[in-house]
Amino acid sequence: MTKKIILLAAMTAPFMIAAQPANAEGDYSAKAIEVFKKDFQPRGQASIDRLAEDGLQAICNRTGNNPSPQSAKQLEADQMSSIKHPADGKLMGDWKEGEKLAQSGRGFTWTDDPGLPVGGNCYNCHQISPKETSYGTIGPSLYQFGKLRGTSEEIQKYTYNKIFNAKSYNACSEMPRFGHVGALKPEQIKHLVALLLDPESPVNK
Amino acid sequence: MKRLIAGMLGGLLVMGGAAAQTDKKPASKPAAKPAAQAVQAAPAAEVKDAATLEFEKFRAEMEDSNPAELFEMKGEEQWKAKRGPKNVSLAESCDLGKGVGQVAGAYVIHPRYYADANAVMDLERRVVWCMVEKQGFKFDDIAKKPFADSNSTPDITNLVTYVATHSKNMKIAVPLDDPKVRDAFETGKAMAAYRAGPYDFSCNTCHSGDGKRIRMQQLPNISTPEGAIKGVQGWPGYRMTGGVMLTHQWRMTDCFRQQRFPQPKYASDAIANLLTYMIGTANGLEYKGPGIKR
Ligand code: HEC
Ligand code: HEC
Repeated sequence: MTKKIILLAAMTAPFMIAAQPANAEGDYSAKAIEVFKKDFQPRGQASIDRLAEDGLQAICNRTGNNPSPQSAKQLEADQMSSIKHPADGKLMGDWKEGEKLAQSGRGFTWTDDPGLPVGGNCYNCHQISPKETSYGTIGPSLYQFGKLRGTSEEIQKYTYNKIFNAKSYNACSEMPRFGHVGALKPEQIKHLVALLLDPESPVNK
Repeated sequence: MKRLIAGMLGGLLVMGGAAAQTDKKPASKPAAKPAAQAVQAAPAAEVKDAATLEFEKFRAEMEDSNPAELFEMKGEEQWKAKRGPKNVSLAESCDLGKGVGQVAGAYVIHPRYYADANAVMDLERRVVWCMVEKQGFKFDDIAKKPFADSNSTPDITNLVTYVATHSKNMKIAVPLDDPKVRDAFETGKAMAAYRAGPYDFSCNTCHSGDGKRIRMQQLPNISTPEGAIKGVQGWPGYRMTGGVMLTHQWRMTDCFRQQRFPQPKYASDAIANLLTYMIGTANGLEYKGPGIKR
């Protein structure tokens, strides 16, 4: 609860700063924000505060997703610092559960019931298990992810962190921050790590 | 595979007016869900790819009997009839940039700036403006249910389809040298790049690379003319999923839903800006006319 409030505060602040220099000739990103504020209405769970940028979004938006190396490093470290690890310290769960999560594209739209669990949306953007041939291509193929990289502690940690907060390695990544925004819980992220790394997972057969 | 094609054929036949259908919904209703389930249930990529090919083939064959024609005919009636509290027709009162009542070539010169409304307007927004200002309809009544669902199609969708049909095979010509239109274009471009919300998405997350897909759905790269035209040429479109006639404004609204944003207001600057950016990017390329969408 407190975390949510802090998050909201962090989200509103840059929004207001960004809205300040509005209408400066040629500053179209300020103009765009003005239009978003004027012309959108809440619907279902999609409240108006979703239009506000958090600190990271604000920097990605201002730099065309290309912050200076220094700033990127800082952002990535910030994102990394809020990653939560599972209570039992284990990073690999059940790949079968992971596959179910990867399949589901539910969650966060104004037509989604906010009371229902959210999916991972992974197949929207990634090839993963060879059995699922309806996959998107916005992200790289993750087929044979574990076979190629092994299951070392380091790789498990990287995979867990990447899913929890993709921006902790790539500040303006197009991949959502599933753990960071509370879409997926640590327990669920463990299942996804297993889907990608477990030698028994179809991904690595 | 067989089931899939059967499903598609079922859907297409329904669209063509025949009674054949694969699910249990009453056949009399042209809007009952046709092929969507079959498409989603398809198990393998080759199958889906084949399905895409089949779909393209069917679509080509359907060009002559595009269900959009039904909506166009209704739209023509509504364009010519005296309607609304002021009891005037759009044909005798509405200027779509080609002179009062003229529809030929009007769709492809939008969005454009209108001094009488002091706004840049996409075609749908302009027709709404005419309905309100000339015929006396209430904006809020139109905006209450602006898009079709499987139960009903709003008048505005028929009217847009009618006007769009009369720009078939014409070149897109958004007047980008008008400073107000240019301004809308640049604002729309910035809006398309704006990332926010729980998933950090912008339009560009999904529509700024060539040949990208979400699952099996092709995503046009709206930052290039060749990509933008793909997102423009077939709207308004008859959507087989749900069997409804939908406008370009609907497409924008549904993408904002997928973007996990709140909802853009109907016929707003926000949508006019985005459409100016996208359609303007496709300038000089050919508009195909009301299309069929999967
Ligand atoms: C909207 C698109 C999108 C979604 C949804 C998405 N990803 Fe990604 N993902 C990407 C992109 C783009 C990259 C490459 C850029 C980067 O590494 O940040 C990526 C990279 C990755 C990587 C790193 C790959 C490597 O070679 O190191 C992993 C692991 C990954 N995604 C897993 C997942 C999982 C698991 C899910 C679902 C919970 C998921 N992704 C959902 C877009 C997405
Ligand atoms: C999370 C992903 C996502 C986001 C964000 C998104 N779209 Fe889309 N867009 C889609 C999908 C999926 C389709 C459907 C493609 C299909 O039906 O084949 C689509 C379709 C479209 C089309 C129609 C393409 C056609 O075939 O005619 C246009 C135009 C479009 N989007 C523009 C936009 C704009 C502008 C934005 C930002 C307001 C946006 N999209 C945001 C996923 C997205």
